[in-house]
Amino acid sequence: MSMPMVHARAVRKSFGPLEVLKGIDLTVERGEVVVILGPSGSGKSTFLRCVNQLETIEGGAIHVDGELIGFRASGGRVHHLGDRDITRQRREIGMVFQQFNLFPHFTVVQNIMEAPVGVRRESRAKARARALALLERVGLADKTNSYPRQLSGGQQQRVAIARALAMEPKLMLFDEPTSALDPELVGEVLATMKGLANDGLTMIVVTHEVGFAREVADRVVFMDGGVIVESGPPSEVLDNPQNPRTRAFLSKVL
Amino acid sequence: MTATERHSPPDIDVAGAARTRHPLRWVASIILLILAAQLVNLLITNPNFKWDVVARYFNAQVIGAGIITTLYLTVIAMAVGVIGGVLVAMGRLSQNPIARIVSGLYVWFFRGTPVLVQLVLWYNLSALMPRISFGIPFGPEFLTADTNQLITPLLAAILGLGLNEAAYMAEIIRGGLMSVDPGQTEAASALGMSRGRTFRRIILPQAMRFIVPPTGSQVISMLKATSLVSVIALADLLYTVQAIYNRTFQTIPLLIVACVWYLVITSVLYVGQSFIERHYARGATRNAPQSFWSFLLFRRRQAAPAPTREETPS
Ligand SMILES: Nc1ncnc2c1ncn2[C@@H]1O[C@H](COP(=O)(O)OP(=O)(O)OP(=O)(O)O)[C@@H](O)[C@H]1O
Ligand SMILES: [Mg+2]
Repeated sequence: MSMPMVHARAVRKSFGPLEVLKGIDLTVERGEVVVILGPSGSGKSTFLRCVNQLETIEGGAIHVDGELIGFRASGGRVHHLGDRDITRQRREIGMVFQQFNLFPHFTVVQNIMEAPVGVRRESRAKARARALALLERVGLADKTNSYPRQLSGGQQQRVAIARALAMEPKLMLFDEPTSALDPELVGEVLATMKGLANDGLTMIVVTHEVGFAREVADRVVFMDGGVIVESGPPSEVLDNPQNPRTRAFLSKVL
Repeated sequence: MTATERHSPPDIDVAGAARTRHPLRWVASIILLILAAQLVNLLITNPNFKWDVVARYFNAQVIGAGIITTLYLTVIAMAVGVIGGVLVAMGRLSQNPIARIVSGLYVWFFRGTPVLVQLVLWYNLSALMPRISFGIPFGPEFLTADTNQLITPLLAAILGLGLNEAAYMAEIIRGGLMSVDPGQTEAASALGMSRGRTFRRIILPQAMRFIVPPTGSQVISMLKATSLVSVIALADLLYTVQAIYNRTFQTIPLLIVACVWYLVITSVLYVGQSFIERHYARGATRNAPQSFWSFLLFRRRQAAPAPTREETPS
């Protein structure tokens, strides 16, 4: 039996009195591309952040590649993981943010090399070679020594993707990667992501780009009010939604 | 179409417009010039300045010794301030509530009382506790010393100025660290970087832009603040000239000697300070040609993170 890449069961998370995730069940197979759609405030970002432990879940469990995330079960009890283990688990998961969050004091290539050299203790030569190959792959080979603020938003986001890929993650999380971009720059980032999907990378993508979902996603998940309302192949969820809330949302974004 | 003709504006060309006059500006300038001329006149003709005395003492050896004391006191007190400031800032940003409260009280106390009072307090510490001992509270003591022998005027000065400075530096450092976008920490975490590494490689270098320039102004303030130590009989620049005029009664000329020296040193520091500020202004933009404007753009972009096409050459 092949283990799913992500297995989230009954995941709950609150911020104070506000329950943001009310029991999320989601399984993502290896090589699968899942697009999460949903209105603002439905908990999409929170869920991605829980998978990467930028937030700590309060109920349920998340497994990534068979490993329990953020906790350790032993002797019938569950314990929080320490910083070292959390850090180790995060290395396997890449994340791309809406605001890029490139390191402004590093050049493009330094941004990409920082984690492989500093965290995985790779040699600079090896890390640099892979960084250059990744820049080639995202179409920015000529920007190696630029600083982030000298790049357009679309270029910055592609560097951010390359930076995440440099850690050779098993799983990539994208949180609205094109929402901060001017419309004419969205295409280049989506094209890069489509390339990754075609290469077989497992991806969870939160986006409002329904066209991308239709073309690239293996499965579309619709979230609302902290629960998954509907899930299925793009053709079903996008073109023939069963749930009235999904229908209402799609009629607004399409 | 008569309506349009009636409402079309008269034919005017602004090219030959007369400039607006500013008569008040002229009046103010003339008054300022007259006042300045009177000041120069006073400096030259008033014999009480005794410029010959000023000249005689300006290069005197005792004055030089006082300047050296002032300078090294500035350096040491500033070092104590920076190191203490780092510790207090760490406490302020700590997850540990006790550390937060203790460091908050520290800042509250040292910023809320005059540094002159703090100096005198340290100097008179022996009145509060004649012996200082280190050991377990209510338990055995490992080390004891006579306070009067331990707290020399120099140590009192360093403690008074340095611990006070630590409170201000803590706030500068804390502000600098907090002005770094939290997204930077998240991005580093997501890459699997440890907290320590994130701080050293990502947060601190970006915070330095906000920490170093105000620290430069703190050095200049500290140089001037060291003159307060004359009240605890430490022979800095001010105390030295006071000792001389207490004997010779040439109060004004000797104070002028001190002022001129303070001005010389602060001017040198100001030049250094402006270099530092320009360096960090450039650091914000890297290689970009119009560094000043890019610097402003950088500040703005922190508030509105989405970059626009106008800002992107290529
Ligand atoms: N750190 C936090 N503290 C308090 N409330 C939070 C926090 N993070 C998120 N929330 C709240 O949780 C809810 C879900 O937020 P989340 O960012 O997950 O929504 P989203 O589906 O990603 O929305 P959007 O499409 O606007 O990004 C929102 O009501 C938000 O205000
Ligand atoms: Mg979101």
